[in-house]
Amino acid sequence: MAATKDIVARCEALFEDLNFESARAWKAAEDGRKVIGYLPVYVPREIIHAGGMLPLGVLGGGDRLEVIHGDAYYQSYICRIPRSTVELGVTKRLDFVDGMLFPSTCDVIRNLSGMWKLMFPEVYTRYVDVPQNFDDELGGAFFRQEMEELKEGLEGVAGRKITDDAIRESIAVYNENRRLVRELYAFRAKQPWKTPSAEVYLVVRAGMVLPIEEHNQLIRDYLAAADAEDRPMRDNCRIVLTGTFCEQPPLNLIKSLELAGCYVVDDDLLLITRWLLDDVPTEGDPLGNLARAFLHNSESTSAKYVDDEAEKGRYLVRAVKETGAEGVIFAAPSFCDPALLDRPMLQNELKANNIPYIAFKYAENSGQMQPIREQAGTFADSIKLWSAA
Amino acid sequence: MSTPTPSTEVAKDTSMLQQKAMIAGHYDRLATAREDGRKVCSTFVPGNLNELIMSFDLLNNLPEVNAIQSGLRKQSGLYVMEAEKHGHSEDVCTYVKSDIGMILKGNVGPYGKPLPDPDVLLLCYTGCYTFMKWFELLRERYKCETIFLQIPYEGDGKITQNMRDYVVKQLKEDVIPTLERVSGVKFDIDRLREYLRNSAKAEDDLVHVLQAAKTKPSPIDAYFGGIYYIGPIFGAFRGTEDAIGYYRALREEIDARVAAGQGPVTPEGDMGEEKYRLVVEGPPNYTSFRDFWKMFYDEGAVVVASSYTKVGGVYDFGFRHDPDHPLESLADYCMGCYTNRNLPQRVDMLANYVDEYQADGLLINSIKSCNSFSAGQLLIMREVEKRTGKPGAFIETDLVDPRYFSPANVKNRLESYFQMIDQKRQGGAVAGEAA
Repeated sequence: MAATKDIVARCEALFEDLNFESARAWKAAEDGRKVIGYLPVYVPREIIHAGGMLPLGVLGGGDRLEVIHGDAYYQSYICRIPRSTVELGVTKRLDFVDGMLFPSTCDVIRNLSGMWKLMFPEVYTRYVDVPQNFDDELGGAFFRQEMEELKEGLEGVAGRKITDDAIRESIAVYNENRRLVRELYAFRAKQPWKTPSAEVYLVVRAGMVLPIEEHNQLIRDYLAAADAEDRPMRDNCRIVLTGTFCEQPPLNLIKSLELAGCYVVDDDLLLITRWLLDDVPTEGDPLGNLARAFLHNSESTSAKYVDDEAEKGRYLVRAVKETGAEGVIFAAPSFCDPALLDRPMLQNELKANNIPYIAFKYAENSGQMQPIREQAGTFADSIKLWSAA
Repeated sequence: MSTPTPSTEVAKDTSMLQQKAMIAGHYDRLATAREDGRKVCSTFVPGNLNELIMSFDLLNNLPEVNAIQSGLRKQSGLYVMEAEKHGHSEDVCTYVKSDIGMILKGNVGPYGKPLPDPDVLLLCYTGCYTFMKWFELLRERYKCETIFLQIPYEGDGKITQNMRDYVVKQLKEDVIPTLERVSGVKFDIDRLREYLRNSAKAEDDLVHVLQAAKTKPSPIDAYFGGIYYIGPIFGAFRGTEDAIGYYRALREEIDARVAAGQGPVTPEGDMGEEKYRLVVEGPPNYTSFRDFWKMFYDEGAVVVASSYTKVGGVYDFGFRHDPDHPLESLADYCMGCYTNRNLPQRVDMLANYVDEYQADGLLINSIKSCNSFSAGQLLIMREVEKRTGKPGAFIETDLVDPRYFSPANVKNRLESYFQMIDQKRQGGAVAGEAA
C-alpha cells in the first residue's frame, strides 16, 4: 500500500504544475483526444466525459504564477483569479485546451467568457448558465435545454455524437467520485488529525486534472493509507471554512489554519467535486436527471439564490452541527462579490445560533500568513477558553 | 492643478426641469403611498418591468435611483460608511451600501421624505450578479414577498428560443400570479398592451434624441446630459403618458437645437465650441457629477454616445416594446439590456458608435463598484482602438462613494487624452499632406 506522503507528493506535483503536463500527456496519448477547461463553481462534467474528452479544472495560477500580462487586463479592484487565468492563456499554458466553459458564478467569470471569445477565437468557449429558479418546469426545463445546447457544442469539439447511454455511464463514474469525496470529507470530520486539510485539498484538487477514473482510485488509496497511519492528535478546535468556492486560497493558508490550532472539518473548496449531494440516477433521461439533481439536491453557496428566506445560511449551521464544528471561518477572496455580499446574512444566521466566527480576506497569491495565523490562533484559543462546552 | 469650481447658478433646459418635476412627483407618491392606499414594488433599473408593475396598480421604487439621487445630493458617502460599520465589505457595490445605509439611517429618501417599506421585491436578475444579493439583503430586512425573475445572459451574443421561453414562462407562472396575489388586482393583458404601446412611442423619441448626436456639433451630451434623458424611461415612467409627453417635448427641443446649430446645454449654459467628440463606456460618478462634467465641457469635449444610456434598455438597433407580443417583448427587453450582452457585443456596439457618431475615440470610466461593467473593460478599450484606429483612454471613479473620486487624477488623465487626440489629428493631417 502506498503511504500518504507518496500519494500527497504526487498530488502536490500535479498542483504545482502550471503547464498541465499530465493533461497534455493524456491528450497526446491518443490521436483525436480533446481537453475542455472549466472554471469554478459548477459545470456538468459528465457531458464532457461522455464525449471522451478530459474535463480540466482551471483555478487560476495560485501563488506560483507571476502575473505579468494578466494585470494589463484588469483593474486593481477586481479579484485575482481572472487575471491569472488570462496569464495562463496568454502564456500558452492552456494552448492544448480545445474548449473553455465559464459558469455563471459571478459577473467577473461571466465577462471572462466574452474575453476568452475575443482573445482565443479558435477555442470553443461557452458561458454555462445555471438555473436560479428551482422549479422543474421553469429552471429545470431551461437548464436541461442549456445542457442540450452545451452537449451539441461539445459534440462539435469531440467530432462525435454524445449519446444518452454515454452520459449515463459518465454519471455513474462521477457518482462514484462524489461518493469517494464525501467519504474523504466524512473521514476528515471524524479524524481530522489523520487527514490534514492541506492533504485533503491536494488529493481532491488532483481530480481537477486527472481522468476521473484515475482520481477515484487515488482517493481510495489515500483513504486506505490515511486510515492505516497513526498521527498525533493535536488540541485543535474544529472549524468550518467558507467563502473559498472560487478563487483558491494559497496552500499555505490552509496549512496555517491548522498550525494555528484549527482543524478544518468542512469547507467549500473545489465545490464541484461534491456539488451534487447524492447519486444522480443512471436510468432515464440523463440531462433531465442532472437538471433535477442541480435543482433539488445540490450544494449551497453564495453564488446561488436562496428562494426560501428561512433557509438563508442554514447550510452553514447544518455543516457546523453535522461535523461537530465549534466555529466558522469566513475566508473570502478580495473583491469577491458573491462571498462578500453574502457574508453579513450568513453571519447573522450564525449569530442567531450562537456559533462563533471570524472573517478575513485573501488572494490566491497572498504571501504573508502571519496575520491570518494570529487571527485564527486567537479564534481557536477563544473557542477553547470561552465556548459554552 | 486646481479643482474646478462650478458656478452656483445651474443652467437647465426645459426638458431637464420637466423630468426633475416628474421625479420629485414620484418621490411624493412614494412618501404618501401608505396613506393613499398604494402598494409598493421595489425593483431594479436594468430589466425593470414597469408596464407590468403599473398593470397591478403598484408603485415602482428603484433602489439604484435612490442611491444615485443620494449621490447627487452628497448624502451617499455617509450611507456607505454606515453600511460598512454594519459589516458590509469595503470591496462591494456602493449602490447596495448607500441603499442599506439609507435604510439604517431611517429610510428618508433623497428628497427628504420617508420611503415606504416595499410590499414586494421584484428581483429582475438582469446583467448584474449583485442584484441577487442586494434583494436577499433587503428581504432579510423587510420580510416581504420576493419574486425572482432570472434573465439569462447573452453568453453567445444572441437570444435563443430557450432563453425567451424561460423568461416568458417565469412571467406567466410565477411573476404575474404573485403580483396578482400581492396587489389584489387581476391581471389584464390589454392594460399591459396599452402601457407597452406607450413605451414604444417614448422609445422612438428617445432614440431620435440620442441619435441626434450624430450631427456636428452634437446638440446633446449623451453621457452627462444623457443621464437626464434616460431618467424617465429607465425609471418609473416607461409606459406612461407622462413619458410620451416628456420625450416628445425633448425631441422638439433637441430638433430646435440641431436647426440652430447649437451644442449641448451644460450646467453653465450653452457649451462653447465642440472640440472633441467622445464615446464613453461605463456609468458616471455621481458624488462629483458636476465637477466631472465640467472637466469635459471646459475642454470642449462632448460625449456623443455612451453605453450607460443603454443600461436600462437598448433601443437604437430597433427593439421596441411590442403590444402584440407583450410577454415576449418584455423578455427580449430584459435580455437585451446593455450589461446582459456579452463582451464581443459590447465591443461591436462601442466600435460602431465611434464610427457612426464620428467620435475621436473611446473613453472608459471604470467604476470600482461595478464588476458587471468593469470586468473586461481594458480589453474592450484595446479592441475598440484596434477596430477604429482611434485612441482610447481609461479613468477610474466610483458610482456613489466620494472616497473614490480623485479630481486631480481624473482631470490629468482627461487632459492627456485630449492632447493625444490632438496629436493623432495632427499626425493624420501630416500624413494626408504627405499623401
